Amino acid sequence: MTECTANDCNDTLRELEQFLDEELSDGARQTIHHHLEGCPDCLQAFDFHAELKTVIAAKCHTDQMPPGLLARIERCFGPDVDTTA
Amino acid sequence: MADRDDFATQAMQFAPQLYSAAMRLTRNSADAEDLVQDTYLRAWRSFNTFQEGTNLRAWLYRILTNSFINKYRAKQRRPDEAGMDNIEDLYLYKRMSTLDSALGNRSAEDTMFELFTDDEVKQALEDLPENFRLPVLLADVEGFAYKEIAEMLEIPVGTVMSRLHRGRKQMHKLLYEFASERGLISSNTRDSSSDTSTSESEHD
Repeated sequence: MTECTANDCNDTLRELEQFLDEELSDGARQTIHHHLEGCPDCLQAFDFHAELKTVIAAKCHTDQMPPGLLARIERCFGPDVDTTA
Repeated sequence: MADRDDFATQAMQFAPQLYSAAMRLTRNSADAEDLVQDTYLRAWRSFNTFQEGTNLRAWLYRILTNSFINKYRAKQRRPDEAGMDNIEDLYLYKRMSTLDSALGNRSAEDTMFELFTDDEVKQALEDLPENFRLPVLLADVEGFAYKEIAEMLEIPVGTVMSRLHRGRKQMHKLLYEFASERGLISSNTRDSSSDTSTSESEHD
């Protein structure tokens, strides 16, 4: 097991959101991956937040469109509304 | 996407997700419907400004976001910072071990799916002040990149990041409180009679 210091963990956790948001450079990603391979504690925290993000996205996409909405939208595309009035 | 008919057909496929996003923003179906319709109307009218090769979905979300800000935000006078707590990092995660053990040894993702209902997750997002709700919605639910969100909201990327950070913590804290209320942590350890979630200091 690779030894990691509290500083390594702090640095890694600080980048957690950007990592999960896929906003880090390749180099920074590599550094994180490397740390996570040797640090079960940080890995657990990263997994937790990755799963939480998945759950939040899934549960916020369960709304059923009201039945008339598609028809309302289609009316927006009619020729008589396509000018700037 | 050369002509408007193609455009309409392609744009229509995003209606269900735009409606969900509109629900999180307006918090009621009548306004959400109006907002989505308004979005398509504006999109159709400004079709000539849509440049081929641009991401149509992001373009529609930008219109939706702007319509919402212009039309609905004025109604709400709640100061954006009000209701934002100062929350420690990893708030929910640090408390999750008690939640986990209350639910047994299922996989973490199953646990989390069962831990929070759809309504609770929606509620937690909808309770965020708008300045925080918009970035969290666009990043965590809709999957947009910081740069795209910054363009949609016309704020710097650094502001997107800091609002995401604070908004997520606030949302996670609310999720924790929902789980607490349903008794999912009460079977455990520390004196569960007091329900103080803001003042605990057991983590160093």
